[in-house]
Amino acid sequence: MRTHILGYIQLNLQLQPPLTLSNTSPEITLSARNLSRRFGSLQVIHDVTLELKRGEVLGLLGHNGAGKSTTLQMLTGCLLPDSGEIEICSINLRRHPTLAKAHLGYLPETPPLYRELCVDDYLTFAARLRGVKSSDVPGALTHTLQRCGLDSVRKKIISTLSKGYQQRVGIAQAIIHNPAVIVLDEPTVGLDPTQIRDIRTLIRELGNAHSVILSTHLLTEVESVCDRVEIMQHGRLIYGDSSVRMQHYGQISGFIISLRHPPALNELEAIHGVTRVEQLSTEQFRVFHTPDDNSGSLLLSMAAQHGWQLEQLTPLHATLEDVFVKITGDETAKTGAPK
Amino acid sequence: MIRLIALRELRSLYAMPSTWFVLAVLQFIFAWFFLARLEAFLEIQPQLAQLANPPGVTLTVAAPLFYTAALLLMMLVPMFTMRLIAEERRNQTLALLLSAPLSGRHIVLGKFFGLLGFLLMLIVSLPLMLYTLALGTSLDHGLLLANCIGLLLLTASYVALGMYISALTTQPIIAAIGALAVLVGLWLADIGAAAADSPWHLLSPLHHFQSFNAGLLDSADVAFFVLFTTFFLLLTMKRLHNNRVYG
Repeated sequence: MRTHILGYIQLNLQLQPPLTLSNTSPEITLSARNLSRRFGSLQVIHDVTLELKRGEVLGLLGHNGAGKSTTLQMLTGCLLPDSGEIEICSINLRRHPTLAKAHLGYLPETPPLYRELCVDDYLTFAARLRGVKSSDVPGALTHTLQRCGLDSVRKKIISTLSKGYQQRVGIAQAIIHNPAVIVLDEPTVGLDPTQIRDIRTLIRELGNAHSVILSTHLLTEVESVCDRVEIMQHGRLIYGDSSVRMQHYGQISGFIISLRHPPALNELEAIHGVTRVEQLSTEQFRVFHTPDDNSGSLLLSMAAQHGWQLEQLTPLHATLEDVFVKITGDETAKTGAPK
Repeated sequence: MIRLIALRELRSLYAMPSTWFVLAVLQFIFAWFFLARLEAFLEIQPQLAQLANPPGVTLTVAAPLFYTAALLLMMLVPMFTMRLIAEERRNQTLALLLSAPLSGRHIVLGKFFGLLGFLLMLIVSLPLMLYTLALGTSLDHGLLLANCIGLLLLTASYVALGMYISALTTQPIIAAIGALAVLVGLWLADIGAAAADSPWHLLSPLHHFQSFNAGLLDSADVAFFVLFTTFFLLLTMKRLHNNRVYG
């Protein structure tokens, strides 16, 4: 028996990854594999596979009706997938729904508010519902109210609050129990610019300690808060990458330069990293370089060396809109027009 | 968890002015009816006294009052049950419950006991009112107890049925009219069936209440109410689960 136990411990020690490795790769809090869902004869979600790590904000981007909300409903257990598995903190959502959902905070498209209750009562109910002990509720409540900027309205009836505050109450109910995974369905829709900025800051802050997945059709939102982007179209994930890299998608990196004493075209082309140069006018050039090495600094120093007198250097910055249209356009061309 | 949802249900009910209005109106009707029955009893009391085995004040005043309450609740309970699930669905608050770590059983039982607790307070006013008679006369406690138990079981069956119909739709008003139609339909089928052994009598909750109303605690009637209530509660849980399946 003793040797058995020792052997088991030994085996476990061997199986455990080295400490340094686990530090560099954060735990996976949400994983969905091959989710499919149909409504009647209409296949809405095709084979969606997602993964979310702790400390990551994932943006689910797509047109209206792309299947973002349906996917989020499945991830939160509000809708059962026809096939596929979902794990939240390594707990299977289908087999142990109550255990898995304890690690989940969800803000649906319309915040699920009992409008006749006051903010305090509603959030207390939400906290208790998610299994926060009654002795821990006041602490969680104070912290969440402060975080969401609801201190001044805590005694007010929810129906009397403005849309922005109602949305904040909706976010507050999703984070009050300090869940590992926070699912937000279009969290900034219908808010004014200041409120949008506040909420984005909050989401960014949440993303440091929790995993956040949010759906949106606002590209600026992805740019400002998301670490990673998944683009969804016609119920499929068609593109997934970090939001920084997404901006480089299909784009040839480069900049526009104006030189008062320009050199010959081939001199510019000879600079390391430069792939192509187009002359726009006698003094203006469009310089393309490979995405990985930015030849801007090299060009600057050469301009100073050779007395080209650089007047302007503007990076060619494709907006995320262009990229998104390009990605979804590419995909439509590949798969044919939507049915 | 069941208690938590039940308390939330109660809190929401009390936060609405309409609840207080309905409570006040109903209390007024009960009191009016109680006084009318009492007055009628006092008028015929001298004649009753001449009978060999006269019916007491409990049977002449309390029993009709409870029967009226049973009829009124049949109309009233759908007004309360309509909100239970249909309104959650319409306001899209159901997602909060569905994404919370609790099962359909918790949601359904929580809502059921929440509303039943509220209606219980309404029912309690009846024996309280009747016990004021104890100041001047002696009451038949057994009859009162049977009526209270009967009315409670009857209300539970109304709530279970109303909640199931509320779970079928998104529009509270449709849920209300649907529940009312079924309850009144069962009642009309009961009083319309001439034959004493007609199966329609067996289906009607109000028919099963009559034995309680006469002071009889019949286990068959208790079993009917328990089965009726359980059946619709289970159907509601099933419907709520289907919400996840069919969206």
